[in-house]
Amino acid sequence: MLDVLYFAWVRERIGLPKERVETGAATVAELVAELSAREERYAAAFADISALRVALDQELSDFDAPLAGVREVAFFPPMTGG
Amino acid sequence: MRVVVQSEPFDLGALTAGFAAGRSDMGAVVSFTGIVRDTDGRLDRMEIEHYPGMTERAIATIAEEAQARWSLGDVLVIHRHGTLRPGELIMMVATCSPHRGDAFAAAEFLMDYLKSRAPFWKKELTADGAAWVAAKPEDEDALSRWTR
Repeated sequence: MLDVLYFAWVRERIGLPKERVETGAATVAELVAELSAREERYAAAFADISALRVALDQELSDFDAPLAGVREVAFFPPMTGG
Repeated sequence: MRVVVQSEPFDLGALTAGFAAGRSDMGAVVSFTGIVRDTDGRLDRMEIEHYPGMTERAIATIAEEAQARWSLGDVLVIHRHGTLRPGELIMMVATCSPHRGDAFAAAEFLMDYLKSRAPFWKKELTADGAAWVAAKPEDEDALSRWTR
């Protein structure tokens, strides 16, 4: 089981901030493919992953990163702090 | 090092005056303040979202990197989230060092990294509706000067 979090317009497009996901995905890209296949709102949010960033257990990571041992995955647009 | 992520306003004067107070070995204090800007008079408010937990960790990592690169006595970072009106203070950084060069450089480094590596997202609300602020390519480019 993974906690999957969404922020900013990704959260708005999918319609929820957080969910528990039962998945056998080995990588972030596989998880994205699984989620995108669920419903149109997921497919819309993940349509262009070059516009997205991913964090694994609160550390910035990559879409080809493995999910083994990961508990929390977060998807969000490029950050705009400061 | 002190990192604070909060929704409440902060007292810039008191924090700046208190920062490095009593540190007579520090010859320089540099502070930067970020303010909600209303370029054309149409902004009603800004909503700043963040990733609780990751935000504090990411900022602490950036501040630790600054401390490793320059001779700093202390680092302070305060960043707000939630609803902010034009003119309100969004965030501040302060650095102190024996000499000004390190304090200036570290403050710029902190700001460059906070812009695109701390998990905050800004949404602008105007009379026309709401829009997420897009990250700018030059924000990413700004990081390259620190990796040369």
